[in-house]
Amino acid sequence: MNGAWSAPIAWTGRSALETAAGFGRFGRFLAGAGKAVGNTGTWSRQLLVQMARIGVSSLPIALFIAAFTGVVLALQASYTFTGAVPLYFVGVLVAKTMLLELGPVLTGLALAGRVGANIAAEIGTMRVTEQIDALETLAYDPMAYLVVPRVMAGVLMFPLVVAFANAMGIGAGWLTSINLLDLSTPEFIRGLRLYFLPFDVTYSLIKAASFGFAVTSIGCFFGYETRGGAEAVGRSTTQSVVLASMLILVLDAFWAMTLLN
Amino acid sequence: MSIQVEDISKAFGPKVVLDGISLEVNEGETVAIIGASGVGKSVLLKTIVGLLEPDRGRVVVDGEVVTELTRDELYRLRRRVGYVFQFAALFDSMTVEENLRMGLKRMRELDEGERAARVEEALRLVELEGYGQQMPGQLSGGQRKRVGLARAVALKPKYLLYDEPTTGLDPVTTAVIDHLILKMDQELGVTSVVVTHDMTSAYRVADRIAMLYDGRIRTVGTPAEVQATEDPIVRGFIEGRPELMQESVA
Repeated sequence: MNGAWSAPIAWTGRSALETAAGFGRFGRFLAGAGKAVGNTGTWSRQLLVQMARIGVSSLPIALFIAAFTGVVLALQASYTFTGAVPLYFVGVLVAKTMLLELGPVLTGLALAGRVGANIAAEIGTMRVTEQIDALETLAYDPMAYLVVPRVMAGVLMFPLVVAFANAMGIGAGWLTSINLLDLSTPEFIRGLRLYFLPFDVTYSLIKAASFGFAVTSIGCFFGYETRGGAEAVGRSTTQSVVLASMLILVLDAFWAMTLLN
Repeated sequence: MSIQVEDISKAFGPKVVLDGISLEVNEGETVAIIGASGVGKSVLLKTIVGLLEPDRGRVVVDGEVVTELTRDELYRLRRRVGYVFQFAALFDSMTVEENLRMGLKRMRELDEGERAARVEEALRLVELEGYGQQMPGQLSGGQRKRVGLARAVALKPKYLLYDEPTTGLDPVTTAVIDHLILKMDQELGVTSVVVTHDMTSAYRVADRIAMLYDGRIRTVGTPAEVQATEDPIVRGFIEGRPELMQESVA
């Protein structure tokens, strides 16, 4: 009887301890990566490669998602506004929603899968095949060689990808409005400008940079911590995507509370 | 200068893998470390090069106390220590030549011509001339191990550490790798530590053999001395007779 009662408590306690230990390891990992930033000779050559892999290669999927989001936003806005609100408000809704929320968040979630999983799987495989140990024996700091350029590339390139996604979403909303709705280009632009604030762009890019940091640092962490074989690499990859996605939503709420409140 | 392992202990959680190991490898000597799988041979090798930190004891390589070095000092020491990994640990996104150049790039005193010459020489030593542009995925297991060896040798190290260099290879390829290990000793005059559980290899390449058992060094001696030992644990292992080891434990 005692055992039956104590088992869930023990499980809860163990899970809490493991979570706390995980946070501790992640903190130590980030501190190690921070220290490795000074080792510019090692990471600077990798930075451009990672910027291309993380940013440029992610553009197609980000633009694809943004295009269809823009189409749907315009159509849903028109459906909601019909008869009650002037139709040029479609421009307001498409622009505000793309910039403030859907551009960064949908792109972030898509890249958590594409970039985060890729990083975790790559570094995890390097760990289990001793390639990270090989780097160490060849006098490379793996933090400087693997982690710093990826995290930096994420912070620098996510805003760029999100900027393109925002533009694509708004462009798709405009094309939808002039082709499928009873709206002209000047009317759409009027709506677009109505409540536009330059800060909206800054807000979107700040969010994107923080998502870039979250996705790449979590991917690197889980990859780096991988121990075992192929199954462990798969587990790290999954954990990385799940946690990065969750953190994106938490950060989304955090920025709304701190910057929009 | 040599490698000195002094009273090293290492545990992973509750499992004590190394329990007060001491071993000296003299200059120019090749010592084979034998023992059953999971006994801690690779842990010992990784401790020597500073990839793992011992819980107790110290390691001295080339007159430097590995366990007390800063990260930068450790990296400088590693330029004198080549490490050949069990499964080669080649960077699979790079060509063979790029793999070999990785370590050389850290040696700023070398110019581009010298690096190219080192790559060529290392590939010649392992008899893989012309393989520079191949990807690791295009190579056989034996070729990968030879590239791993070439990558270590390209640094012209004073010490070479081999982690199970012949595991998973056929007898002919095993003999080729053993021949290369001997060639490195003869042509480069390196001091080597070879972790293996392949007794044929150990007898072929080693000046001395040390057997690891139950976290400790069970025996150290020349191949002839090890072969002549009366210790049932050692005999059981080298002759592949587990009953001898079990009787002894019982």
